[in-house]
Amino acid sequence: MKIEVDKNGFYGKFGGAYIPEMLYPNIEELKEKYLGIIEDEDFKKKFSELLRDYVGRPTPLYFAARLSEKYKAKIYLKREDLCHTGAHKVNNTIGQILLAQKLGKKRIIAETGAGQHGVATATVCALMGMECTVYMGEVDMERQKPNVERMKLLGATVVPATSGSKTLKDATNEAMRQWINNPVDTHYIIGSVVGPHPYPEMVARFQSVISEEIKIQLKEKEGRENPDIVIACVGGGSNAAGAFYHYYNSPDVRLVAAEAAGLGISSGKSAATTVLGKLGILHGSRTLLMQTEDGQVVEPHSISAGLDYPGIGPVHAHLFDVGRGEFVAVEDKDAMKAGVELSKLEGIIPAIESAHAIHALNQIKYGPDDVIVINLSGRGDKDLETYIKWGEY
Amino acid sequence: MMKTSRIDHLFKDKQENILAIYFTAGYPELEDTVPVMEAIEEGGADIIEVGMPFSDPVADGPTIQESNKIALDNGMSLKKLFEQLAKMRETVTLPVILMGYLNPIIQYGVEEFCKKCQEVGVDGLILPDLPMQQYLEEYKDIFSQYGLKNTFLISPQTSEERIKAIDQNSDGFIYMVSSHSITGAKSGISEEQERYFERVAELGIQNPRLIGFGISDHESFGKASKHAHGAIIGSAFIKVLNNADRANLKRDIGNFIKGIKNGEYDYTSKA
Ligand SMILES: Cc1ncc(COP(=O)(O)O)c(C=O)c1O
Repeated sequence: MKIEVDKNGFYGKFGGAYIPEMLYPNIEELKEKYLGIIEDEDFKKKFSELLRDYVGRPTPLYFAARLSEKYKAKIYLKREDLCHTGAHKVNNTIGQILLAQKLGKKRIIAETGAGQHGVATATVCALMGMECTVYMGEVDMERQKPNVERMKLLGATVVPATSGSKTLKDATNEAMRQWINNPVDTHYIIGSVVGPHPYPEMVARFQSVISEEIKIQLKEKEGRENPDIVIACVGGGSNAAGAFYHYYNSPDVRLVAAEAAGLGISSGKSAATTVLGKLGILHGSRTLLMQTEDGQVVEPHSISAGLDYPGIGPVHAHLFDVGRGEFVAVEDKDAMKAGVELSKLEGIIPAIESAHAIHALNQIKYGPDDVIVINLSGRGDKDLETYIKWGEY
Repeated sequence: MMKTSRIDHLFKDKQENILAIYFTAGYPELEDTVPVMEAIEEGGADIIEVGMPFSDPVADGPTIQESNKIALDNGMSLKKLFEQLAKMRETVTLPVILMGYLNPIIQYGVEEFCKKCQEVGVDGLILPDLPMQQYLEEYKDIFSQYGLKNTFLISPQTSEERIKAIDQNSDGFIYMVSSHSITGAKSGISEEQERYFERVAELGIQNPRLIGFGISDHESFGKASKHAHGAIIGSAFIKVLNNADRANLKRDIGNFIKGIKNGEYDYTSKA
């Protein structure tokens, strides 16, 4: 079965665009124009120049010798943590701001959880001289103070989302409301492969540079483009979608997605959507969703704010549904241990989101000759306080 | 055979100044749903829209969001709602429309939901996150099997071509969102909005039109009614419920509705 989006924005039974009519013209405009714009030679040139000169791409594919020795496999790290702003998120915001300019938009809005996407959005807005407003749950603003200040320093306005649980999903609700209120001059830069079609596919395409580079780099190092296994963490799923993209339809490559199990699958404090979720509709997309029996969305929990989302992108729901992806649920404490371990073994302090992907090594089977690429989606600077609180290092 | 629906009857008998009132089920208190409906009818409104609360109401402003949250905290659910509505037709004769988001309905089971609606006497649905295409492909047949009319929204951004397509696929009324906004975001009606109402009025569409979002008092109701068949009031009514004297809930509701219709109401003291 080929993994691809159909013309209505569905991956199998997941996806679509379940949006209020007020947003229909915006979504329709994007749907009709985005492919033409992003496949235009001029756009591609600008995009790749900025990725090279501003973001610092290609990011290295680093052979992690000591990690490999410990886990008895050939392990490579795709160093998205070395991107400008500290995570893969900027690949998408560069693409979308260029798109917004082509669409003639004057203002940018975005939602953010951990603040990484907010920072990446504020950054490209500063770069392009565009007005930027970022919606962030009140609770997350408290948890991620340095990123709030970074956004402000970059000239963005940060607006607290005070409804519901005051975290990422509420920030997303608020951004959508503001888009409804300002449909003409504003572009909404969604930060993951979620939301109504065409966002999931568009964001995945901007992030697909990750697997595009892995192919070239692995060919140089191993003489083959395809690893045996690619591992990435999944919040909404944008870094995973980018790392998997050019391997979706290569059945010899195992795609492993690490979800956040929080305090444990059955603890009531988890964000492992493929285990705990049921088919539902949130933020314009039909996907797996953590919810009550009555269909109310529940508040997820993860120690990493970036994985703290009650759904997953429709493409991942589909990969799960058809058995193309292997999903593992990594608990808070195991992610923290893996973060500390990588710091000591390789001198790389990972974002706690990315540490989930590292720990997945303990939860899957593989052989000593297997080539494994782990997408290291971000660096741990933003998480220092969480590491300090954790204390066990 | 279905008897002619209450919605059809209403629009046949009355072509102007139709007043629809929205409130959230289970708000302010869990068991207020049916008493509030009765008071809306006694007060002289024409349509009752019952909001099915949802954790993530993206098309709604702060007032309705807050009422959704309180209703959910009160224990409201679709199961509970249908229990409450089971006997509503003993006291409520107006058309009743359920308004809300798709996810709770999917969990309840779409067909089971429609069946229950028919059983208790619900006439129609407004589901802001159900777009026309998905409606046609997946929902239309089930809705009509259970005699439920689906109402679509249009906004100032909606193209003429799409308004016509929506008109063709509607058989109750069309909900005109007064400005590009979420509920309760703006109040009052500007000249620009009036031009939009006129533009749509001149399209010659077959379904009646009700204008909603931002209608809050006698004046805005009057302006909206001038360009359409009537209007829908939500957030302003929720505020009335919020501030009402509990012992006199029905009286306060009645006074508000009369005020909308005849202008004799002091909005500043209650809303
Ligand atoms: C470093 C890092 N990795 C992963 C994520 C999760 O997002 P996604 O699943 O879209 O890659 C985030 C989100 O903030 C992040 O900052």
